[in-house]
Amino acid sequence: MSPRLSQKIAFALLFLATLLVVLPVAVILFIIVAKGASALSWDFLLTMPRDGMTAGGILPAILGTLYLVLGAVLFAVPLGVAAAVYLVEYSSDNRFSRLVKLAIVNLAGVPSVVYGLFGLGIFVTFFRFGASILSGALTLGIMILPVIITSAREALESVPRHFRTVSLSLGASRWQTVRHAVLPHALPGIMTGMILGLGRAAGETAPILFTVAAFYLPRLPQSLFDQTMALPYHLYVISTQVPGIPENVRYGTGLVLLALVLLLNLAAIVLRARFRRKKKW
Amino acid sequence: MVSRPVKFSIQGLHVHYGELCVLRELSLEILANEIFTVIGPANSGKTTFLHSLNRLIDLAPGSRVSGRILLDGDDIRLRLEKENLRRKVGIVFALPLPLPLSIYENIVYGLRMQGVRDRAVLDEAVERSLRESYLWEEVKDRLRSPAMNLSGGQQQRLCMARILAGRPDVLLFDEPTSGLDPISTARIEETLLELKERYTIVLVTNNVAQAARVGDRTAFFLMGEMVEVSETGRMFTAPADPRTSDYITGKFG
Repeated sequence: MSPRLSQKIAFALLFLATLLVVLPVAVILFIIVAKGASALSWDFLLTMPRDGMTAGGILPAILGTLYLVLGAVLFAVPLGVAAAVYLVEYSSDNRFSRLVKLAIVNLAGVPSVVYGLFGLGIFVTFFRFGASILSGALTLGIMILPVIITSAREALESVPRHFRTVSLSLGASRWQTVRHAVLPHALPGIMTGMILGLGRAAGETAPILFTVAAFYLPRLPQSLFDQTMALPYHLYVISTQVPGIPENVRYGTGLVLLALVLLLNLAAIVLRARFRRKKKW
Repeated sequence: MVSRPVKFSIQGLHVHYGELCVLRELSLEILANEIFTVIGPANSGKTTFLHSLNRLIDLAPGSRVSGRILLDGDDIRLRLEKENLRRKVGIVFALPLPLPLSIYENIVYGLRMQGVRDRAVLDEAVERSLRESYLWEEVKDRLRSPAMNLSGGQQQRLCMARILAGRPDVLLFDEPTSGLDPISTARIEETLLELKERYTIVLVTNNVAQAARVGDRTAFFLMGEMVEVSETGRMFTAPADPRTSDYITGKFG
């Protein structure tokens, strides 16, 4: 085979593979939009469900998911970043830090339904938070911790070594060096981890199944200790548990969930770009 | 030669990285307000020596230091906080390494870390240190612009200003002109000669001629040992050890 021909075949194959990645995304988007767009209206977004979810809107589910995602991120980001800073900047490569890193890798591999059971055992029962936004957010937070820690670690490690050396050589303490010469430059990478975590927390059903999600609760939660509806679980319920839900309502709910995740991602990406613009080395 | 007070007294210094011994049985004195130059081929322990003087050596994984180093008579490991030592003994690295901040913020970084907030104090330190490093005229109108936009020679003088801002005692230079063109190099050397009126300077260089041009006394390091130390003039006209003479005449290294 001539090099020209093999080059063409290789290019065609690689291009095809790339196309195959894009295709399912496009098809999914198309189907959801085509079947669900007709359900969208201000009424659908901003009112309570009525008549056993066969009519009315999905406001409690939207708000519930927002609360849960926000809670999970508020819990996981500070904790995860702190752990990453400890691992990268303070601990030397000893048995303990290797154990921690191993634990993080394993945590990432735990199936989400197991997180749900864990949250039920720890937060709902042991700490007596009950099935509540608090329990659900903490469970989701623990689930996304590995993503946050791993990306924060990579972000910290990608900050040039000499920033630390220079800072220390000017008489800064270890913590001042982390705070002023390292963390600001790791922020975009940390934000990336947060975005990934956000998307995952918004979409998961299993972890909230036992810890927070309400089947049908046509009122808004009043406190952290209330149950709430949430989009992924609501979608599951109206698709499989309740007969007679119009098809466009089901797809419309899916569309809202998708749009919500994309919107949250977009906000985080814009924020990250603003941090990145300051990066000059 | 006028006798000067001793600034650094190094007594039986050994440095290991893991099992590897990189500095052996080093004893010497560095006098106040002299330019003490250290020459020697690569891997002779010059940088390790320099980093021992402000304890940057502690950052190197697996490093072990024994022996004593006295600064003005105080043991730098026992009597001084690391942070204070590094303020008194500033270092300029081989490559210009500004932080990704503005010119102004680079210079006041050390002061800010000490908790200095007073605007007037910071402004004064910036102007004084930039004048001392002969950079003021070139950058006084763009102190807020990124330090990364300066030329290599300017960046290196900024790094000098950055340590001068903290009013140090001793300036360490680790091959500061190795990445610079001859004109920038000449300017740095002139600056060094000016600065020794007020500071003690230790200059590690792989450029033998540079040591001859600016040094008061010179030490020759080879494979982790100091072969000889003497006044720079004598070292270059009548070296005591044949290895020194081989090195400075370019037979190896």
